[in-house]
Amino acid sequence: MSLVSAAPSEYTAPGVEEFWQPIIGDGAWAITRPISLVVVSCGLIIWFLLATTRKKAMVPSRGQMATEAVYGMVRNGIAKDLIGSKEFLRFVPLLFSLFMIILVNNFFGVIPPFSYPTFSRIGFPIALSLIVWVVFHAVGMKKHGFFGYWKSLVPSGLPKGMILPIFFLELITDLFTRPVTLALRLFGNMFAGHILIVLFITGGWYMLTSGGILVIAGGVTWIFALVMTLFEILVEFLQAYVFTLLSALYIGGALADDH
Amino acid sequence: MTGNIAILGYGLSAIGPGIGVGLIFAAYINGVARQPEARGMLQPIAFLGMAITEALAIFGIALAFVFRG
Repeated sequence: MSLVSAAPSEYTAPGVEEFWQPIIGDGAWAITRPISLVVVSCGLIIWFLLATTRKKAMVPSRGQMATEAVYGMVRNGIAKDLIGSKEFLRFVPLLFSLFMIILVNNFFGVIPPFSYPTFSRIGFPIALSLIVWVVFHAVGMKKHGFFGYWKSLVPSGLPKGMILPIFFLELITDLFTRPVTLALRLFGNMFAGHILIVLFITGGWYMLTSGGILVIAGGVTWIFALVMTLFEILVEFLQAYVFTLLSALYIGGALADDH
Repeated sequence: MTGNIAILGYGLSAIGPGIGVGLIFAAYINGVARQPEARGMLQPIAFLGMAITEALAIFGIALAFVFRG
Protein backbone atom coordinates (compact mmCIF):
# COMPACT_ATOMS: atom_id res chain seq x y z
CA MET A 1 0.00 0.00 0.00
CA SER A 2 2.88 2.31 0.83
CA LEU A 3 4.28 1.45 -2.58
CA VAL A 4 1.30 3.00 -4.34
CA SER A 5 1.05 6.21 -2.34
CA ALA A 6 4.76 7.05 -2.43
CA ALA A 7 5.75 9.72 -4.94
CA PRO A 8 7.35 7.72 -7.74
CA SER A 9 10.88 8.85 -8.48
CA GLU A 10 12.26 5.46 -9.39
CA TYR A 11 10.28 2.26 -9.67
CA THR A 12 11.11 -0.52 -7.24
CA ALA A 13 9.61 -3.87 -8.12
CA PRO A 14 7.67 -5.64 -5.35
CA GLY A 15 9.56 -8.44 -3.62
CA VAL A 16 9.27 -10.92 -0.81
CA GLU A 17 9.16 -8.05 1.72
CA GLU A 18 5.62 -7.17 0.63
CA PHE A 19 4.37 -10.37 2.21
CA TRP A 20 5.64 -9.62 5.71
CA GLN A 21 2.77 -7.72 7.30
CA PRO A 22 2.72 -7.89 11.09
CA ILE A 23 -0.34 -6.44 12.84
CA ILE A 24 0.62 -6.81 16.51
CA GLY A 25 4.21 -7.21 17.67
CA ASP A 26 7.25 -8.07 15.62
CA GLY A 27 9.65 -10.94 15.06
CA ALA A 28 8.87 -14.64 15.32
CA TRP A 29 5.81 -14.29 17.57
CA ALA A 30 4.12 -11.40 15.79
CA ILE A 31 0.45 -11.69 14.97
CA THR A 32 0.53 -11.19 11.21
CA ARG A 33 -2.05 -10.57 8.56
CA PRO A 34 -2.11 -14.19 7.24
CA ILE A 35 -2.64 -15.75 10.68
CA SER A 36 -5.57 -13.43 11.37
CA LEU A 37 -6.94 -14.28 7.92
CA VAL A 38 -6.82 -17.99 8.79
CA VAL A 39 -8.89 -17.29 11.92
CA VAL A 40 -11.37 -15.25 9.87
CA SER A 41 -11.58 -17.99 7.24
CA CYS A 42 -12.30 -20.65 9.87
CA GLY A 43 -15.09 -18.50 11.26
CA LEU A 44 -16.50 -17.90 7.79
CA ILE A 45 -16.41 -21.60 6.87
CA ILE A 46 -18.08 -22.67 10.13
CA TRP A 47 -20.75 -20.01 9.74
CA PHE A 48 -21.42 -20.84 6.10
CA LEU A 49 -21.59 -24.59 6.55
CA LEU A 50 -23.82 -24.33 9.63
CA ALA A 51 -26.12 -21.79 8.00
CA THR A 52 -26.55 -23.80 4.82
CA THR A 53 -27.03 -27.21 6.41
CA ARG A 54 -29.06 -26.45 9.53
CA LYS A 55 -32.42 -26.53 7.78
CA LYS A 56 -32.11 -29.49 5.49
CA ALA A 57 -34.87 -29.12 2.95
CA MET A 58 -36.12 -31.53 0.35
CA VAL A 59 -36.03 -28.68 -2.13
CA PRO A 60 -32.66 -27.15 -1.25
CA SER A 61 -32.03 -23.44 -0.97
CA ARG A 62 -29.23 -21.92 -3.01
CA GLY A 63 -26.78 -22.08 -0.11
CA GLN A 64 -27.54 -25.70 0.59
CA MET A 65 -27.20 -26.48 -3.09
CA ALA A 66 -23.74 -24.88 -3.20
CA THR A 67 -22.56 -26.76 -0.11
CA GLU A 68 -23.92 -30.02 -1.47
CA ALA A 69 -22.23 -29.45 -4.81
CA VAL A 70 -18.83 -28.84 -3.21
CA TYR A 71 -19.23 -31.72 -0.79
CA GLY A 72 -20.39 -34.01 -3.58
CA MET A 73 -17.41 -33.07 -5.70
CA VAL A 74 -14.94 -33.85 -2.90
CA ARG A 75 -16.75 -37.02 -1.85
CA ASN A 76 -17.53 -38.58 -5.21
CA GLY A 77 -15.18 -36.85 -7.60
CA ILE A 78 -12.04 -37.03 -5.48
CA ALA A 79 -12.30 -39.39 -2.50
CA LYS A 80 -14.36 -42.20 -4.04
CA ASP A 81 -12.44 -42.27 -7.30
CA LEU A 82 -8.96 -42.19 -5.84
CA ILE A 83 -9.19 -44.03 -2.49
CA GLY A 84 -11.66 -46.68 -3.60
CA SER A 85 -15.28 -47.23 -2.66
CA LYS A 86 -14.44 -49.49 0.28
CA GLU A 87 -12.50 -47.17 2.58
CA PHE A 88 -13.01 -43.65 1.27
CA LEU A 89 -15.73 -42.57 3.69
CA ARG A 90 -13.52 -42.04 6.75
CA PHE A 91 -11.21 -39.69 4.82
CA VAL A 92 -13.96 -37.46 3.45
CA PRO A 93 -14.00 -35.12 6.51
CA LEU A 94 -10.23 -34.54 6.21
CA LEU A 95 -10.35 -33.97 2.46
CA PHE A 96 -13.40 -31.71 2.69
CA SER A 97 -11.78 -29.60 5.44
CA LEU A 98 -8.57 -29.32 3.40
CA PHE A 99 -10.49 -28.28 0.31
CA MET A 100 -12.63 -25.70 2.10
CA ILE A 101 -9.79 -24.06 4.02
CA ILE A 102 -7.53 -23.86 0.97
CA LEU A 103 -10.32 -22.59 -1.27
CA VAL A 104 -11.48 -19.84 1.09
CA ASN A 105 -7.96 -18.73 1.98
CA ASN A 106 -6.98 -18.65 -1.69
CA PHE A 107 -10.01 -16.60 -2.61
CA PHE A 108 -8.94 -14.12 0.07
CA GLY A 109 -6.17 -13.22 -2.36
CA VAL A 110 -8.59 -11.47 -4.72
CA ILE A 111 -11.41 -10.37 -2.38
CA PRO A 112 -10.71 -6.68 -1.56
CA PRO A 113 -10.99 -6.34 2.23
CA PHE A 114 -8.63 -9.29 2.68
CA SER A 115 -6.45 -9.09 -0.48
CA TYR A 116 -3.86 -11.51 0.78
CA PRO A 117 -3.58 -15.19 -0.12
CA THR A 118 -2.73 -16.83 3.19
CA PHE A 119 -0.82 -19.66 1.57
CA SER A 120 1.71 -17.29 0.06
CA ARG A 121 3.51 -17.62 3.42
CA ILE A 122 5.36 -20.92 3.31
CA GLY A 123 4.49 -21.89 6.90
CA PHE A 124 0.82 -22.45 6.18
CA PRO A 125 1.15 -24.92 3.28
CA ILE A 126 3.87 -26.75 5.24
CA ALA A 127 1.45 -27.27 8.12
CA LEU A 128 -1.22 -28.68 5.80
CA SER A 129 1.16 -30.95 3.94
CA LEU A 130 2.60 -32.24 7.23
CA ILE A 131 -0.91 -33.28 8.28
CA VAL A 132 -1.41 -35.13 4.99
CA TRP A 133 2.07 -36.68 5.24
CA VAL A 134 1.45 -38.05 8.74
CA VAL A 135 -2.01 -39.31 7.77
CA PHE A 136 -1.04 -41.25 4.68
CA HIS A 137 1.94 -42.92 6.36
CA ALA A 138 -0.10 -43.70 9.47
CA VAL A 139 -3.00 -45.32 7.65
CA GLY A 140 -0.59 -47.28 5.46
CA MET A 141 1.30 -48.62 8.48
CA LYS A 142 -1.94 -49.40 10.26
CA LYS A 143 -3.14 -51.47 7.36
CA HIS A 144 0.05 -53.29 6.29
CA GLY A 145 2.03 -53.24 9.55
CA PHE A 146 5.25 -51.26 10.01
CA PHE A 147 7.55 -53.50 7.97
CA GLY A 148 4.84 -54.56 5.59
CA TYR A 149 4.24 -50.94 4.66
CA TRP A 150 7.86 -50.31 3.66
CA LYS A 151 7.90 -53.62 1.84
CA SER A 152 4.78 -52.66 -0.08
CA LEU A 153 6.63 -49.69 -1.58
CA VAL A 154 8.51 -51.98 -3.97
CA PRO A 155 6.41 -53.45 -6.76
CA SER A 156 6.51 -57.23 -6.82
CA GLY A 157 8.16 -59.17 -9.60
CA LEU A 158 11.32 -57.09 -9.88
CA PRO A 159 14.64 -58.78 -10.61
CA LYS A 160 16.77 -59.16 -7.48
CA GLY A 161 19.36 -56.50 -8.33
CA MET A 162 16.70 -53.86 -8.87
CA ILE A 163 14.92 -54.18 -5.53
CA LEU A 164 17.32 -52.06 -3.46
CA PRO A 165 17.65 -49.06 -5.85
CA ILE A 166 13.90 -48.97 -6.47
CA PHE A 167 13.28 -49.15 -2.74
CA PHE A 168 15.50 -46.12 -2.11
CA LEU A 169 13.88 -44.19 -4.93
CA GLU A 170 10.43 -44.91 -3.53
CA LEU A 171 11.65 -44.03 -0.05
CA ILE A 172 12.87 -40.61 -1.17
CA THR A 173 9.63 -40.01 -3.08
CA ASP A 174 7.43 -40.95 -0.14
CA LEU A 175 9.38 -39.31 2.67
CA PHE A 176 10.68 -36.20 0.94
CA THR A 177 9.42 -35.33 -2.54
CA ARG A 178 5.71 -35.79 -1.92
CA PRO A 179 5.28 -33.51 1.13
CA VAL A 180 7.73 -30.92 -0.23
CA THR A 181 6.07 -30.65 -3.63
CA LEU A 182 2.63 -30.62 -2.02
CA ALA A 183 3.57 -27.61 0.11
CA LEU A 184 5.68 -25.83 -2.49
CA ARG A 185 3.08 -26.14 -5.24
CA LEU A 186 0.43 -24.37 -3.23
CA PHE A 187 2.89 -21.80 -1.91
CA GLY A 188 4.47 -21.14 -5.30
CA ASN A 189 1.21 -20.66 -7.12
CA MET A 190 -0.23 -18.31 -4.53
CA PHE A 191 2.99 -16.35 -4.09
CA ALA A 192 3.78 -15.99 -7.77
CA GLY A 193 0.21 -15.13 -8.71
CA HIS A 194 -0.11 -12.47 -6.04
CA ILE A 195 3.27 -10.90 -6.72
CA LEU A 196 2.36 -10.74 -10.42
CA ILE A 197 -0.83 -8.80 -9.65
CA VAL A 198 1.05 -6.45 -7.31
CA LEU A 199 3.68 -5.92 -10.01
CA PHE A 200 1.09 -5.07 -12.67
CA ILE A 201 -0.78 -2.67 -10.41
CA THR A 202 2.23 -0.82 -8.93
CA GLY A 203 4.00 -0.76 -12.29
CA GLY A 204 0.88 0.57 -13.98
CA TRP A 205 0.54 3.24 -11.30
CA TYR A 206 4.15 4.28 -11.80
CA MET A 207 3.68 4.61 -15.55
CA LEU A 208 0.36 6.46 -15.21
CA THR A 209 1.93 9.04 -12.92
CA SER A 210 5.08 9.55 -14.99
CA GLY A 211 3.20 11.19 -17.88
CA GLY A 212 3.88 11.24 -21.59
CA ILE A 213 3.44 8.16 -23.74
CA LEU A 214 3.81 5.97 -20.63
CA VAL A 215 0.23 6.83 -19.60
CA ILE A 216 -1.13 4.60 -22.38
CA ALA A 217 1.20 1.78 -21.33
CA GLY A 218 0.04 2.24 -17.73
CA GLY A 219 -3.60 1.88 -18.78
CA VAL A 220 -2.85 -1.28 -20.72
CA THR A 221 -0.95 -2.62 -17.70
CA TRP A 222 -3.97 -2.08 -15.49
CA ILE A 223 -6.19 -3.93 -17.97
CA PHE A 224 -3.69 -6.78 -17.75
CA ALA A 225 -3.87 -6.61 -13.97
CA LEU A 226 -7.61 -7.22 -14.26
CA VAL A 227 -7.06 -10.13 -16.66
CA MET A 228 -4.47 -11.64 -14.32
CA THR A 229 -6.90 -11.30 -11.40
CA LEU A 230 -9.50 -13.30 -13.32
CA PHE A 231 -6.84 -15.88 -14.16
CA GLU A 232 -5.86 -16.00 -10.46
CA ILE A 233 -9.42 -16.93 -9.50
CA LEU A 234 -9.14 -19.97 -11.78
CA VAL A 235 -5.70 -20.87 -10.40
CA GLU A 236 -6.90 -20.52 -6.81
CA PHE A 237 -9.74 -22.96 -7.34
CA LEU A 238 -7.48 -25.32 -9.26
CA GLN A 239 -4.85 -25.37 -6.50
CA ALA A 240 -7.42 -26.25 -3.84
CA TYR A 241 -8.64 -29.03 -6.14
CA VAL A 242 -5.14 -30.31 -6.92
CA PHE A 243 -4.05 -30.30 -3.27
CA THR A 244 -7.10 -32.34 -2.25
CA LEU A 245 -6.70 -34.62 -5.26
CA LEU A 246 -3.06 -35.39 -4.47
CA SER A 247 -3.81 -35.93 -0.77
CA ALA A 248 -6.48 -38.46 -1.73
CA LEU A 249 -4.10 -40.08 -4.19
CA TYR A 250 -1.35 -40.47 -1.59
CA ILE A 251 -3.78 -41.90 0.96
CA GLY A 252 -5.18 -44.25 -1.68
CA GLY A 253 -1.66 -45.29 -2.65
CA ALA A 254 -0.71 -46.07 0.94
CA LEU A 255 -3.86 -48.16 1.37
CA ALA A 256 -3.55 -50.06 -1.89
CA ASP A 257 -2.45 -53.66 -1.67
CA ASP A 258 0.30 -53.27 -4.24
CA HIS A 259 1.89 -50.07 -5.39
CA MET B 1 21.58 -2.26 -16.49
CA THR B 2 21.30 -4.03 -13.18
CA GLY B 3 19.25 -7.01 -12.15
CA ASN B 4 19.44 -10.60 -11.22
CA ILE B 5 20.41 -13.46 -13.48
CA ALA B 6 18.31 -15.85 -11.37
CA ILE B 7 15.15 -14.34 -12.82
CA LEU B 8 16.41 -14.99 -16.37
CA GLY B 9 17.28 -18.53 -15.33
CA TYR B 10 13.81 -19.05 -14.02
CA GLY B 11 12.35 -17.82 -17.29
CA LEU B 12 14.41 -20.39 -19.18
CA SER B 13 13.58 -23.18 -16.75
CA ALA B 14 9.85 -22.49 -17.08
CA ILE B 15 9.94 -23.48 -20.76
CA GLY B 16 10.19 -27.21 -20.00
CA PRO B 17 7.20 -27.46 -17.63
CA GLY B 18 5.25 -25.18 -19.97
CA ILE B 19 5.70 -27.59 -22.86
CA GLY B 20 4.95 -30.51 -20.55
CA VAL B 21 1.68 -29.07 -19.27
CA GLY B 22 0.70 -28.25 -22.85
CA LEU B 23 1.30 -31.83 -23.96
CA ILE B 24 -0.73 -33.22 -21.05
CA PHE B 25 -3.76 -31.09 -21.80
CA ALA B 26 -3.44 -31.77 -25.53
CA ALA B 27 -3.65 -35.47 -24.77
CA TYR B 28 -6.55 -34.90 -22.39
CA ILE B 29 -8.52 -32.89 -24.96
CA ASN B 30 -7.79 -35.52 -27.60
CA GLY B 31 -9.01 -38.26 -25.30
CA VAL B 32 -12.23 -36.45 -24.40
CA ALA B 33 -12.88 -35.56 -28.04
CA ARG B 34 -12.58 -39.19 -29.07
CA GLN B 35 -14.53 -40.58 -26.17
CA PRO B 36 -16.59 -37.97 -24.31
CA GLU B 37 -17.87 -40.46 -21.71
CA ALA B 38 -14.30 -41.03 -20.48
CA ARG B 39 -14.08 -37.42 -19.26
CA GLY B 40 -14.66 -38.24 -15.59
CA MET B 41 -11.93 -40.84 -15.65
CA LEU B 42 -9.43 -38.73 -17.56
CA GLN B 43 -9.83 -35.53 -15.55
CA PRO B 44 -8.06 -36.62 -12.32
CA ILE B 45 -5.28 -38.19 -14.38
CA ALA B 46 -4.81 -35.00 -16.40
CA PHE B 47 -4.69 -32.79 -13.31
CA LEU B 48 -2.36 -35.21 -11.59
CA GLY B 49 0.01 -35.11 -14.51
CA MET B 50 -0.22 -31.34 -14.61
CA ALA B 51 0.52 -31.10 -10.88
CA ILE B 52 3.58 -33.31 -11.16
CA THR B 53 4.95 -31.53 -14.24
CA GLU B 54 4.24 -28.13 -12.74
CA ALA B 55 6.23 -29.04 -9.62
CA LEU B 56 9.41 -28.46 -11.63
CA ALA B 57 8.42 -24.89 -12.39
CA ILE B 58 7.47 -24.36 -8.74
CA PHE B 59 10.88 -25.62 -7.59
CA GLY B 60 12.35 -23.19 -10.08
CA ILE B 61 10.60 -20.15 -8.67
CA ALA B 62 11.47 -21.16 -5.11
CA LEU B 63 15.14 -21.53 -6.06
CA ALA B 64 15.12 -18.26 -8.01
CA PHE B 65 14.19 -16.50 -4.78
CA VAL B 66 16.60 -18.55 -2.67
CA PHE B 67 19.59 -17.73 -4.89
CA ARG B 68 18.79 -14.13 -5.68
CA GLY B 69 21.71 -13.05 -3.55
